[in-house]
Parts: sequence; C-alpha cells; structure tokens
Amino acid sequence: MSVETSLIRSLIAERFGEAIEELGFSHGVHAFAAPPDMIVELCRFLKEHPALRFDFLSDICGVDHYPEAPRYEAVYHLFSLPNKWRVRIKCRLGDPPRVPSVTGVWRTANWHEREAWDMYGIRFEGHPDLRRIYMWEGFEGFPQRKDFPLRGYKDKLNPFGAEGTPPTQPDLATKDIP
Amino acid sequence: MTEVTELSWPETDAPHTKEVLLNLGPQHPSTHGVLRLVLKLDGEYVARVDPHIGYLHRGTEKLAESFTYTQIFPLTDRLDYLCPPSNNLAFALAVEKLLGIKAPIRAQYIRVLMAELARISGHLLITGALPLDLGAMTALLYAMREREMIMDLLEMISGARMHTSFCRVGGVREDLPDGFFPKIREFCDIFPNRIRDYERLVDSNRVFLKRTQGIGVISAADGIDLGLSGPNLRASGVDWDIRRDEPYEIYDRLAFNVITRDEGDCYARWRCRVDEMRESLRIIEQCLDQMPDGPFQIDMPTIAFPVDKDRVHCSMEALIQHFDLSAYGFKVPKGEVYSAIEAPKGELGFYIISDGSPKPFRMKVRAPSFVNLQALFGVTNARYLADMIAVLGSLDPVMAEVDK
Repeated sequence: MSVETSLIRSLIAERFGEAIEELGFSHGVHAFAAPPDMIVELCRFLKEHPALRFDFLSDICGVDHYPEAPRYEAVYHLFSLPNKWRVRIKCRLGDPPRVPSVTGVWRTANWHEREAWDMYGIRFEGHPDLRRIYMWEGFEGFPQRKDFPLRGYKDKLNPFGAEGTPPTQPDLATKDIP
Repeated sequence: MTEVTELSWPETDAPHTKEVLLNLGPQHPSTHGVLRLVLKLDGEYVARVDPHIGYLHRGTEKLAESFTYTQIFPLTDRLDYLCPPSNNLAFALAVEKLLGIKAPIRAQYIRVLMAELARISGHLLITGALPLDLGAMTALLYAMREREMIMDLLEMISGARMHTSFCRVGGVREDLPDGFFPKIREFCDIFPNRIRDYERLVDSNRVFLKRTQGIGVISAADGIDLGLSGPNLRASGVDWDIRRDEPYEIYDRLAFNVITRDEGDCYARWRCRVDEMRESLRIIEQCLDQMPDGPFQIDMPTIAFPVDKDRVHCSMEALIQHFDLSAYGFKVPKGEVYSAIEAPKGELGFYIISDGSPKPFRMKVRAPSFVNLQALFGVTNARYLADMIAVLGSLDPVMAEVDK
C-alpha cells in the first residue's frame, strides 16, 4: 500500500467515518463507494482539502446493472492536478435513480450529468438545466439502459426497430433557452 | 480557494435593442461539423449561448456493449476522425490494463509514432481552420498539403488514410512496411520549414491577430473548473500533460517539452498547437532513432491473431485458436479500469467495466471535445457574435467526438 493510498483513505475515514466504503486501488485509481446523499459533501471535501486537492472532474457516467438491485450507479472520476492522483467514486442508486447534482462543485459536471440523464434517466437533483443532450426532445426511453433494445423501438421513423413500447418515464418539463 | 468568474451581462452604455434569437448551424462551415448554437443576441452582443449537440450521435457506447473487444477498434476510429491512431491507442491501453499485459517494445514505438503523426495531422487542420473561420483562407489550403503527406504515411502503414484501426490488443496489426523510413525522414526534413511558413503566413496577419489576441480569455481556474484539457488548458497556463505526468507506453524514454502559454486567449490556444507540432516532430524523430527490432505483437495465441498465417493452415490448434478468436473474441477478467491518454484534443479516457465475458459490460468514453465545448459558457470576454466564431474555432471541437 502506497503512501498516497493510506493518506487518502485515512483523511476520508477521519472526516466521514464508516459511511464511505473503500474499494481498493487498481490500475492507478483509488476507488470508493459513497451513499448518494453524501456525494456532494464528499466531492467538495476531496476538491478543497489542502492535502488532496482533487480539483479536476474527469468524468461522470451512469451504469445500469440490470437485473441486479440496486440497479443504477453513478461513477465519478476525479483527478488531482497538483498530486496527479486519480479517484473513482461509485454511487449505487435505486429505481428511479436520483442523486444530488455536483454542478455546484464543478461547472463541468453540467454536461456530464445531462448525458447520464439522457442515456440512463438518472435524475440529478439541483441541476440547473437537466435536458436531454444527445437525443432529441420528445424522445421516449433511455437508450443506454440494458433493457432498451439496441435497434430501438419500432415506430414510423424506425421500421426495423424492436416490437413494443418504451417504458413510461417520469416527465421532465422541456424548456428551450433557460 | 480559486476565484471563478461567472458569465454576466456586460456593463455597457449602448442602448439595448430588441433581443433576437439566432440559430447558428447545424450546417454552417464555421461550426466545424454539425453543431447548432442557439444564440440570444442583443444587437451584436451575445447574451446567451445554448449549444445543441447530438446530430452525429451514433451510440458508440451502446454499440460497444454488443461488440467484442477487437471489433470495437473501428468504432474508436470514428470518434476523433482527425487522429484515429490516438483513439485506438487509448482503447488498447485500457483493455491491456484489464488483461494485465503490455505490448512489445517495438509495437509501443509504432503506436507512439502513429499517435504523434496523428497529433500533427489534427493540429495542422486547426492551424489552418482557425484563420479560415476568421477569413484567411490561404493557410488551410497549404496545411492540407502536409496533411496529405501524413495521410500517405498512415496509408503506407495501415492501408487506410483515415480510419486506420491499426492497434490491436497486445500490439499492432502489422510491422512497418519496407520503404517507410526514407519516406517519413523526408517528411521530417520538410516539415520544420513548413511550420515556419505557416507562422509567417498567419502570425503576421494583422486581422487574425486583432481577432484572436485578448479574445475569449479563459483563466486557469476557469479552465480547470470547466474541465478543459490538452492544449486548451495549457494555453491558460496549466502545466499538465498526461504524456509526461502519467507516462504510458514509451513516453518516459522520450525527451519533449510541454508547451504552455499564459494568456489563455484564442491566439494562445492556436499558438500552443503550432508549437506542439514541433514537439511531436521531435518525438517522431526520436522514435525513428530508437526503434528497436523485435515482435510487433504479443505472443499470446488466445489474444493476438497469429503473425505467421501459414501456421493456421498447417496446425490444428492454431486453426482452432484463430477461429475462436475471430468468432468469439477473447475473455477479459472481471474488473474495471479508467485509462486516459493525452489525445490531440485533451484527456481521452476509456472507462471499461468487464464482467468476464468477451464483450465489455459498459464502456464510457471521456471525450475531450465534448468537455471542451462546454467552455463556450465560461468564456468571459467574447461578447460579439464574431468573437464566438473565433472562440469556437480555437477550442477545436471535433463534432464526431462530441457526439460519440
């Protein structure tokens, strides 16, 4: 176990106790599991702690573990520019998936979260502008979920799609320029 | 903590006119592909910009879940189509980390050589395209001349001009062809003078300088907050290059400088790329000098296709392995990996979750252009519509990568 691993681990344990589970170090990334309600606090802590300074948010992505439960997961990849360390935070989410938005910590989270909403239907609470980003307005279903057919559903634009209709989804008011 | 500037309405004495909504794109040459910007204009001031993307969305990540690892390489080609070898390399490295293998040294040199050729090719385009966006057409036409030389070199290596798909898990597809070295040496001799020509052509163009210097300034703190990476962030003074800071392949054996600028404006971003081409050329020359002999593919019949095709025709085991590899692919141990490289546009990361089958359970592409494009919100002093074009051009988004 390297020095950095024990440092990151002990600082998180000191601040959050048992709530943040340690998932080990592999391929250059330290992984942790966090409950959804602590994600913003944890991100802010990692970003602002003077010894850690994970100031760069590389990526946020959704994962669908269908048919496991809890089904969804939001995965955050953080990078520390001063220390050159990488951290992965994994956050298991139930159905329907909801997690607080980290747009208040990094502005770059905006589009990453919109993408995860568009593809997996993960609702980031507190996001200033949660609209679809790749699919068009009015598209039904979340295409990267495991139960969404690869060819899409059959309709007048997609005659070769799979039979059936997309599952109903919670509606989010679509707005144009906010 | 670092100060972060918020986008706010400019203080001006000019009388406010009626607000106008303007659609820029999706089919507009200066949007570098199919990007639609919905602009709220007040006179010539841009009050609000709302990029609409997704016109090129092909669902690469969803497709990858139904492909074997070898089949995914052509998909990665089509992300940043100006520099496919970089994308191939990023994906191959991620899978190799999961498998716990490394490509032979010669293969690593070939990969780095191709990635740096691709970096020059990508940077050459923006060197010419940014002046084109601002009305100076000549530079692009000349830049295409050298790009064509690079295309020829890539075609020589892989048989394809653009979508090379040359990397494989555990190596590269073939060895370098005969006659490649003289050809690339010729390019290395010609290119430094050509870079100087571009500098003279563009750098002394007063209209270009007026429209880029001091325009679209992004501070270092803003750049980090907005997730900028690559030359865009280095132009704001952040000294970070994954090739140097988290060396992959054989970058730790090569000497090169990381180019940074302090201004953070459109000109600095353009300038950074021009200087990076010189460094890439240095890397290529070192690769050529150091290129070792040896295998170009890992010797693992369950992962790499056989180098000696005759064996497949003569040996039963080799035939079975070849068939198995073609039809079902190879299994990758359970686990997850995030692996990032310094692509020409910035940090290109592949996050792969494997469930132990021959197909990835989840593949996420951290596309640098996607993140860089967001910086349109963060640019503080591009106020005129014409400046938006300069900023967009200098951020150098490739829409195929933005839309994945």
